[in-house]
Amino acid sequence: MLSVKNLHASIEDKEILKGLTLDVPAGEVHAIMGPNGAGKSTLSYVLTGRQGYEVTEGSATLDGEDLLALEPNERAAKGVFLSFQYPLEIPGVPALTFIRTAMNAQRKARGEPEITAPEFLKLARAKAAELKMDFDMLKRALNVGFSGGEKKRMEIFQMAMLSPRFLILDETDSGLDIDALRIVSDGVNALRSPDRAMLVITHYQRLLDYIKPDRVHVLSAGRIVASGGPELALELEREGYDKYARAA
Amino acid sequence: MAAVKQTVEHVQALERYKHGFVTDIDQEYAPKGLNADIVRFISAKKDEPEWMLQWRLEAFERWLALEEPDWAKVSFPRIDYQDLHYYAAPKAKEGPKSLDEVDPDLLETYKKLGIPLKEQEVLAGVQGAPRYAVDAVFDSVSVVTTFKKELAQAGVIFCSMSEAIREHGDLVRQYLGSVVPVSDNYFACLNSAVFSDGSFVYVPPGVRCPMELSTYFRINAENSGQFERTLIIADKGAYVSYLEGCTAPMRDENQLHAAVVELVALDDAEIKYSTVQNWYPGDPETGKGGIYNFVTKRADCRGDRSKVSWTQVETGSSITWKYPSCVLRGEGSSGEFYSIAITNGRQQADTGTKMIHLGANTRSRIISKGISAGRSSNTYRGLVSAHPKAKGARNFTQCDSLLIGKTCAAHTVPYIEARNGQSVFEHEATTTRLSEDQLFYAMQRGLSQEEAVQLLVNGFVKDVLQELPMEFAVEAQKLVAISLEGSVG
Repeated sequence: MLSVKNLHASIEDKEILKGLTLDVPAGEVHAIMGPNGAGKSTLSYVLTGRQGYEVTEGSATLDGEDLLALEPNERAAKGVFLSFQYPLEIPGVPALTFIRTAMNAQRKARGEPEITAPEFLKLARAKAAELKMDFDMLKRALNVGFSGGEKKRMEIFQMAMLSPRFLILDETDSGLDIDALRIVSDGVNALRSPDRAMLVITHYQRLLDYIKPDRVHVLSAGRIVASGGPELALELEREGYDKYARAA
Repeated sequence: MAAVKQTVEHVQALERYKHGFVTDIDQEYAPKGLNADIVRFISAKKDEPEWMLQWRLEAFERWLALEEPDWAKVSFPRIDYQDLHYYAAPKAKEGPKSLDEVDPDLLETYKKLGIPLKEQEVLAGVQGAPRYAVDAVFDSVSVVTTFKKELAQAGVIFCSMSEAIREHGDLVRQYLGSVVPVSDNYFACLNSAVFSDGSFVYVPPGVRCPMELSTYFRINAENSGQFERTLIIADKGAYVSYLEGCTAPMRDENQLHAAVVELVALDDAEIKYSTVQNWYPGDPETGKGGIYNFVTKRADCRGDRSKVSWTQVETGSSITWKYPSCVLRGEGSSGEFYSIAITNGRQQADTGTKMIHLGANTRSRIISKGISAGRSSNTYRGLVSAHPKAKGARNFTQCDSLLIGKTCAAHTVPYIEARNGQSVFEHEATTTRLSEDQLFYAMQRGLSQEEAVQLLVNGFVKDVLQELPMEFAVEAQKLVAISLEGSVG
């Protein structure tokens, strides 16, 4: 699925990723943990093609296809989805309108027919129910006036609607209380499948109690400095990142 | 985003002003220049009564004494008023008895215009076409007027100004210039002297106009100023909704458009006036060739509890200089102004409204959304004033500006004057830049950059779009998108 090799990336000539290598096979969930400033968010932005991040060396491919050559929306159409750490507010655009526009843009890019209004609404109602969301909230302007937790839930709702193949969750647990965390995690877990892969970026082990990773990687100073099974996350929780900060 | 940029440029090249074409119909011009004889020529051409001629001549005399104003935040080369044609009309043939007799070139023009409200069907006489009345102004002279009979049954008069002057002289005489006096301002005064044609509407007491009235203005004659004159009167308890939409062909020389629109609402009457304006904005690089749109629009809420609502979507013209206003004279009368003004390329817009509260317990509401892109300049200028007698006056104003890119400008110039202690005026204003973060967020979900801009901008202007009649709103939304093509990236 995702294969990142020796990735170097800079923002305004400051190198943030310094030779990052990572493989996430289909069907697996990998967690990326690391201290502040390690490059976790940079990794998610480079993979999704945000402007201002310059890749100076290395490669990132999805099923063998070069991701870095594609525009952000082309990557989205290939099935790359980023659940934002800080979801944006879009005034005047109802959430359902936003998602339907996005869905049809993706379908068009893939040469598929647009979804009809009844089909779309049926799907939206089903997914909203799964995520225990008030359907009326979906008629409001996207994320405007939403609490931090509501915004995160809206991210997962979008993910469920768009049904991506490669999912990046950037600090999805921040701002969530324990009940919301469970609902959101259930939503994410429902998307686990042999055809999909996930990259879960988090500070804390807590989220990984709910979304069980197959592999855990420690990102420090722009590189993966350690990898292991789920037990690695528990060790980090106990001992902190100091050891790895030094290793970097 | 090189690929996106390429696509955008490609699309831009394709889309370059769709309405840039000229219909070749025999034109009848007045000689260039302006003097009392030209005024007489225009009046004679239109077979006007003596009082109308005298009215025009008086306006012309006053105009000579006025100076072109320069307070707006726009700049343009001086206009040589002696170098313009003040009258152009399709050659007068026998009046068409049916649409078959209408010049095919003219019908072709409507086709090219892509007239949105299915008026084309109406104009073509298609059976089962929607019930919109179209008074099509083809360069100055009304050529086709439809649905007249049905309107007549309701007692509504909807005709060209020329016809109104001939057939309904008393009404015209009573109201013409009563809202915008002859010497109100330089451009209105010029219009009063030389106005060519326009629309006249009278809705009798208690009548709800059975259909939306709609006019398409179109400037077509080379180098001819266009001086429309519109007068709408809603008598006691009447209601009328009027739509005005505009396009103009591509031209190398600037074209002056100085229209006057007067609305009169008597007791308990309501007038809704909607405009979509997309005249040629000029070359995107140099600004050359665009329309100068210097318009005076004013409503007099003369009667108690009367109501006037202006809604405008301004995307075109090289320079826009207009302030649809409401004089809230009647007790408890109310005025509304909803505006979307978009400038791109080298466009300049100085637009807004005046809400003049004269009567007690009058209310007004202003929602203005300005969007600037390219190297354009977009100014909101508004006046809210309360007379000493306007006790209990209320106003709410919201002015939002959206900047796209780094080379455009937005200005907000509100004037607020309360001359009594019992008025409540609220003013809110915001200026935001279309954020890279929002664009990226939308693109990450699958929208192309252009689609993302459209979606965000439509969200920004939504409050105003929903004030437009349905079909108009759809058209306006498309127009907003087209106006901003290629503005990012």
